[in-house]
Amino acid sequence: MTYTVTAVGITKSFGGHVVLDHVDLAVEAGSVLALLGPNGAGKTTMVRILATLVRPDEGTATVAGHDLVSDPMGVKRSISLTGQFAAIDELLTGEENIEMMAKLRHLPRRAARARTEELLASFELTEARHRRAATYSGGMRRRLDLAVSMIEQPRLLFLDEPSTGLDPRSREQLWGTVRRLVDDGVTVLLTTQYLEEADELADTIALLDSGRIIAQGSADDLKARLGAEVLRLEFADKLGYERALGCLGTARTDERPRTDESLRTIEVVTDGTAAHIHATLSRLDGAGASARRVSVHRPSLDDVFLSLTGDQPSNLEAKAVA
Amino acid sequence: MSVAHTLSDSGVMVTRCMRRSLRNPEAFFTALILPIVLMLLFVYVFGGDLATGGKYVNYVVPGLIVLCAGFGAGTTAVAVATDMSNGIVDRIRSMPVFGSSLLVGHVVASVARNLVATTLVIGVGLGIGWRPTGSPLKWAAATAMIVLFVLALSWLAAAVGLAARTVEAATSFTMVLMFIPYVSTAFVPAHTMPAVLDYFARYQPFTPIIETMRGLWMGHTSTGVAVGHEAWIAITYCVGLLAISSVAASWLFRHRTAA
Repeated sequence: MTYTVTAVGITKSFGGHVVLDHVDLAVEAGSVLALLGPNGAGKTTMVRILATLVRPDEGTATVAGHDLVSDPMGVKRSISLTGQFAAIDELLTGEENIEMMAKLRHLPRRAARARTEELLASFELTEARHRRAATYSGGMRRRLDLAVSMIEQPRLLFLDEPSTGLDPRSREQLWGTVRRLVDDGVTVLLTTQYLEEADELADTIALLDSGRIIAQGSADDLKARLGAEVLRLEFADKLGYERALGCLGTARTDERPRTDESLRTIEVVTDGTAAHIHATLSRLDGAGASARRVSVHRPSLDDVFLSLTGDQPSNLEAKAVA
Repeated sequence: MSVAHTLSDSGVMVTRCMRRSLRNPEAFFTALILPIVLMLLFVYVFGGDLATGGKYVNYVVPGLIVLCAGFGAGTTAVAVATDMSNGIVDRIRSMPVFGSSLLVGHVVASVARNLVATTLVIGVGLGIGWRPTGSPLKWAAATAMIVLFVLALSWLAAAVGLAARTVEAATSFTMVLMFIPYVSTAFVPAHTMPAVLDYFARYQPFTPIIETMRGLWMGHTSTGVAVGHEAWIAITYCVGLLAISSVAASWLFRHRTAA
């Protein structure tokens, strides 16, 4: 297995405040790793360190085979950074922005022009090419920002909170674009405070809280840590609900079902197998209480975060921003 | 990092900053209107009663050039500070690009803007009766003085723009540079001021720069000091400022990270 990023013991303090505390991170080549955490968790600092913008106080890292400290130029040649703020010049047109960065990548004039054309087309900016970036919508800015990142296909693409400030539709589009880049073989290190985004895009999720990685794994792994799935049953009327309660409530005394009388729902723990679900539903039928709706739920990443940090992600946002 | 790449990167950034200068209509307009308005204001509103010996326009042109350069430097400081507050600096720093190319771009654009303003001051001055007596050689020397001065001031502005935490802080730099020339020989001779101000005006850096231009164009300085002597002091100040500011700006650019 090859890794595009291997970071060991990365530590960084700003003015006595520890922002990153011995963070280890490995990003497999061709995969998407999401660094998930609330504001102030240290996500952006980690990205800035791996992108050679900030030197770590301690720790070592290899990015695309180049040592971060001894060969920063090698790292710079292998990465593209799409930061939290769109790195575009608002007074220049979309086309000029791409061309400028293509020249900074030292593409010959003709190649720079050709690549600009390609990128304008593939990021759906051809129509807006002659407009100043200041007039672009949030989604267009992000696309322009990504287009600039893709002038030369990087080994590693950093996306620092890519969907911040985007409306839901633009966010969906952005995710589509990111998936396309991943299909083209780009390794992505993404930071986000949206659990949904990590769930959608990432192969691996690393939960960062107060400068430490508190959990790491696939979305499914993390959810599995919360244990069992639940079978959620919804009943059409009060009679059915009460009959079901009578039937299920006595079945197993050690696992009391979670109930909501106003919604007429009952949640029972399940192992998720067809056999268990079938048996449960048959028992309900036998008691004359057929469920109107049945669904099986796995815990959400929100639940994972809650159980690991003991706090709601949204409550953590007030913490010091790193 | 090869020399070719360094030059090419700087060239790209110069193009960018020039485009930005032309596309920022308010700033561009102000920069062009200011020299004209100041010239008319000083010559026709204040100048009538200022005892400088001879026509006031013959006295004031170098002072206005310096004042406009101060304003121009403020614009540059704000432009650099704006860039620092934007993601574009991080992107460029994360690329294999000659680091200071961004600063070179700002400085070159700054010098260009200042020279346009200077040309306007000279043009309007000549239009309303300024009659310099200097030979073409002295004109060339005065031009060299201006270029050196605005170059040094532009690097200082770049350093200030980097050091300023906010765009607002960079703006206040303009105010400082717009006021220091008033207590120099820019608008009235030093000997007309109270003793303390006279002393300050004689020895502050703007005075030898202004007097060098004045001496070269008009044949005599307002301080009574020989033009050659003023010129050496002016050159020393400018070269010193240039060296310190350019080193400081490059250092700040590398180390100023928006943590």
